[in-house]
Amino acid sequence: MTKQPIIQVRDLSVGYGDVTVLDQVSFDIYEGEIFVILGGSGCGKSTLMKAIIGLIPPISGHIILDGDEVSAQDEAKLQKILRKVGVLYQGGALFGSMTIAENVALPIEEYTSLPLESVLTLVRMKLGLVNLQGYEHHFPSELSGGMKKRAGLARAMALNPKILFFDEPSAGLDPITSAELDELILHLNKSLGTTMVIVTHELESIFTVARRIIMLDKASKGIIAEGDPAYLRDHSQNPFVRRFFTRRASDRGLNKKGTG
Amino acid sequence: MHSRGIKADNMFSAPQYDISEDPQGALILRLHGKVDATTAGPMIEELTDRLKKSVFASLCVDLHQVDYFDDFGVLVLAELRKTAARAKAAFHITRASDRIKELLSLFNLDSLEEEIPIPKKKSPGLFTRIGDAVIQQMSGLNDAVTFVGSILLSLIHVCAKPRSLRKSDTLLYMQRVGVDGLPIVALISFLMGLIMAFMSSVQLQQFGANIYVASLVSLAMTRELGPIITAIIVAGRSGSAFAAEIGTMKISEEVDALFTMGFNPVLFLVVPKLTAAMVMVPILTLFSDLFAIVGGLLVGISMLDLTVHSYIAQTIKTLRLFDIFWGVLKSGVFAVLITWIGCYRGFQVSGGAASVGRATTSAVVSSIFLIILSDSVFSVILRYWG
Repeated sequence: MTKQPIIQVRDLSVGYGDVTVLDQVSFDIYEGEIFVILGGSGCGKSTLMKAIIGLIPPISGHIILDGDEVSAQDEAKLQKILRKVGVLYQGGALFGSMTIAENVALPIEEYTSLPLESVLTLVRMKLGLVNLQGYEHHFPSELSGGMKKRAGLARAMALNPKILFFDEPSAGLDPITSAELDELILHLNKSLGTTMVIVTHELESIFTVARRIIMLDKASKGIIAEGDPAYLRDHSQNPFVRRFFTRRASDRGLNKKGTG
Repeated sequence: MHSRGIKADNMFSAPQYDISEDPQGALILRLHGKVDATTAGPMIEELTDRLKKSVFASLCVDLHQVDYFDDFGVLVLAELRKTAARAKAAFHITRASDRIKELLSLFNLDSLEEEIPIPKKKSPGLFTRIGDAVIQQMSGLNDAVTFVGSILLSLIHVCAKPRSLRKSDTLLYMQRVGVDGLPIVALISFLMGLIMAFMSSVQLQQFGANIYVASLVSLAMTRELGPIITAIIVAGRSGSAFAAEIGTMKISEEVDALFTMGFNPVLFLVVPKLTAAMVMVPILTLFSDLFAIVGGLLVGISMLDLTVHSYIAQTIKTLRLFDIFWGVLKSGVFAVLITWIGCYRGFQVSGGAASVGRATTSAVVSSIFLIILSDSVFSVILRYWG
């Protein structure tokens, strides 16, 4: 695996209004790796992801995505940079007025010169990848939550982006579908070399897919752990990190509900 | 026999391949360089064109010299395979790297060749369509009447237990419907009064009947135009908002959440809106009347040589208390209609964002229609009763 950073985040601070969610965060994501951002609820995982893809302007700091600075661009340039990126949103974010096939075909028709018939074949290939053959002519409202998510994935990878972002991919999926999604992520990573950035707290899939993780913390507004998940589980100095990976409630919350 | 697929100017994204043919009719296609989203389109077009023209017994695709290959490459292979199958020729792939093999294993090329039937909706015959429309209208009417029933039940419930009315919500909607709507209602009514006075003065001046401008403006506004203008503005501002709000809540399952928590959605969502509208629309109507009269007054004193005193005196002489009461009564009915149809359309929403848009449009259109329709019913009642 080449150790070339494809995303560089330097001293990044993000927040909403007066509230700073992340303070002075720096890390690299290397080309072709599966990188997981995790942390407890409300620690700014999704905010960090949105900042990287330019949806939230940072308070300060730099984000360099495949050689281009994301934060200092006007919209047209940002759009061009984002061509290298595919995003799977939590609910799939499919367009309700289009069929599944039309949703997936939308970026393909816009950005390639494929003949119409080939577009349809490609759409079926992509839908086949996510096990949605035969649902081409369904509308998003006719699909279940998990199916919408998979269709959203098919759309996110329509143009084979260099980097795929996943916002909580396994939330709301049954264990089997979730495991299949993990397998698909590994497969795509291996065969296409796509860099995957995954925001999740599904332990099972973290240990299956993640090569490297960063863990964010709400209190320190920054990264409290970075590295291989299995190593961190067994050797981290930070009890919170160990608790997170072994899924134990914090001591004070033992008798109440709590996930650490 | 060789033919190069590279264009003379050797563009960056030009597809690169060459084709050779042996005497037995076997075609060998060698792909070079990148096969990705930029090259796949032209490659498919050129190759299928080329293959359609030639006769061949088998097609062998050599992937040895490919540098980059992604699922757009798989698409090229799938299309070639389809073309070969049409020509009844055999199809092979040779010298694919492990990476490409792994990629090919992800896709099932066989399944791509079966045509999936597009579920064609058979265009129904005339009678079916008429029948469908009737059934739909009837069930729509049924739903609408049921909805009226549940609103009435909720109202009775609120009358029996006044504490069950959500007071903070009601006050909030009073502000949204009434206070926030006042400036636009006032401005439009003022301009209407101005226009009416101006238009009628042109005619009335010919008979020296300038003073009757005051009668015309005040009577027309309080009895007809005031309530209608106010109701149409409220339908556009608040009726649409009610439909959009309830519709979005329906989509995000908030309505279901209310229901499962033991709240009656109608009591929770509709009654505060209805109460607010029933209080505020008549008040807005009174303001509308007032501002229209002020508009007329302005024309009267500036263009018709009337004094403020004579204009107001004529207005008071013309208006009976009944006229004002009648207008206010109508506006109360309009308020009920606007809220009812707005909330009803909101509850009808299902599916996605487009459905919310349709509900909002139809809330406004139906409200305006019902306002005008009920106004004509009022006119008939007044004709035989008043």
